[in-house]
Amino acid sequence: MRETTLRTDSITATDATLETVGQIASPGTSKRMILNMGPQHPSTHGVLRIVLELDGETILKAVPDIGFLHTGIEKNCEVKTWQQVVTLTDRVDYLSNLSNNLVYALSVEKLIADIEIPPKAQWMRVMLAELQRLNSHLVWLGTHALDIGAMTMFFYCFREREDILRIFEMFSGQRMMTSYIRIGGLALEPPRGWQQVVSKFINAFPSKVDEYEELLNNNPIWKRRTQGVGFVPLEDLLDLGVTGPMIRAAGMKWDVRKDEPYSSYDQFEFEVPVHTENDVFARYRVRVEEMRQSARIIKQALEGMPEGAWQAAAPKIVLPEREKMKTQMEALIYHFKIVTEGFRVPAGEVYQAVESPRGEIAYYVVSNGTSKPYRVFMRTPSFGNLQALGPLLEGRLLADSIASLGSMDFVLGDVDR
Amino acid sequence: MLPDQLKDHAVASALDAAFPGAITGGHTERNEPTLWVAPARIVEVCRFLKDQQRFIRLSAITAVDWLPADPRFEVVYLLHSLERNQRLRLKCWLSESECEIDSVTGVWRTADWYEREVFDMFGVRFRNHPDLNRILMPSDWEGHPLRKDYPVHGYKYSYQDE
Repeated sequence: MRETTLRTDSITATDATLETVGQIASPGTSKRMILNMGPQHPSTHGVLRIVLELDGETILKAVPDIGFLHTGIEKNCEVKTWQQVVTLTDRVDYLSNLSNNLVYALSVEKLIADIEIPPKAQWMRVMLAELQRLNSHLVWLGTHALDIGAMTMFFYCFREREDILRIFEMFSGQRMMTSYIRIGGLALEPPRGWQQVVSKFINAFPSKVDEYEELLNNNPIWKRRTQGVGFVPLEDLLDLGVTGPMIRAAGMKWDVRKDEPYSSYDQFEFEVPVHTENDVFARYRVRVEEMRQSARIIKQALEGMPEGAWQAAAPKIVLPEREKMKTQMEALIYHFKIVTEGFRVPAGEVYQAVESPRGEIAYYVVSNGTSKPYRVFMRTPSFGNLQALGPLLEGRLLADSIASLGSMDFVLGDVDR
Repeated sequence: MLPDQLKDHAVASALDAAFPGAITGGHTERNEPTLWVAPARIVEVCRFLKDQQRFIRLSAITAVDWLPADPRFEVVYLLHSLERNQRLRLKCWLSESECEIDSVTGVWRTADWYEREVFDMFGVRFRNHPDLNRILMPSDWEGHPLRKDYPVHGYKYSYQDE
């Protein structure tokens, strides 16, 4: 008897991670309890398993167990040609595919160096990346509100998201796995009539955001569930590798789009929303204000879209037009070379960062001069952010864990790659 | 020894002055400065960069396998200073026989998972790491998948063997 007591007492969340989960301390001997949350819990938004050590309603320790969605994308990149990797990047963070396409295309273009992306392609990339940000934030807001109990938000957000997915389908033929941003420009010519569709959506969008805010900003249940919940000091967040809206809700004004502008973001006017309360409510406010700023950027892109080419004039990298292939020998040769062997990229290494809806997404790409990447390391925002899970939950109530988890906005595909 | 290319780089020269011999080389390529650091001194170098040079963010740690070169592994530290709006890359070369390096979890807590990932994928061990276990692969997995001699289809399920 005495032995069992000792044994159960010595179980902590760390050594419980694999073998001892589910063993509950026998009644009367200890108040601590190990609870397994996930991997199929609806509020973990994917396959995340968290081992919680509880004392009554209080979480003493929270240890995330990741890797369920690991598909070896980084290894796979090493056997694909440079352009083929674009389709893999879609599948990393499946809510912000275009940011992933963009960061990969930018890093390879930086490696190639001798390639100039025409202004129209750059602006188009910005516009689509911002539409993607809206899409991602809408999914976040809808599901996060649903977790906390505000069900209407889910329907409202997915209504607008549907419009955005239709726009993506119009551009690329795909709703989610777009692969639309390629090395050297875009995958296809922007479709006829895209201006009308995007402008119809973006003119109506600000009033939709008003609707969301009206439903939530003064909603007493929403405020009680989110205000003052999930506080972690800014220094700790930075030390733990957190980026994106979470640190902007803690008062740190840092946005890659402003501080290290890429793809002509410096030509757009927009603000970086910052809040200082550093709780779940502040993170919600930051993301909603970001949606308004993204709408502003899209509007500017729509009005000032430059004319001209949508692909770089680099015949060795960009596939030739179909028409030219039928009449010009060189075009046919280039097409054959690009499709069979792929293009070569000069040896070297680059690190390129982009602001994804979740934070800093950055690719560290190494080339050894061949037609396949030597190494593609994906610094994904969700992986960095998820490390803050322990500090975010520990010492708090179990009921608040859902709100705190949701406010991080991670995508498990992005964590596990 | 600091290369000429990086003599004007404020951080690199301050680092070289503070720890003579710790920097074994480096270069600036596409405006991205890289410093090669002697593996034995990585912790003190990182501590200095964080405390004195305000590199409060560690973006990530990763590795590259340069099989069949010797030393084989390159551990890459991607640093970022918000105040300076600057990025810096540190590299340590490790040979296959002694692929061990001190952990920098004491400097940045975010190093924890990144070091576990490098261990999981490349088999590089980090001394003094609080919990050096596999992070993405199952705990009973054999081999380190991102090594260049590891087949893409794995050992167990490869159709190529049949």
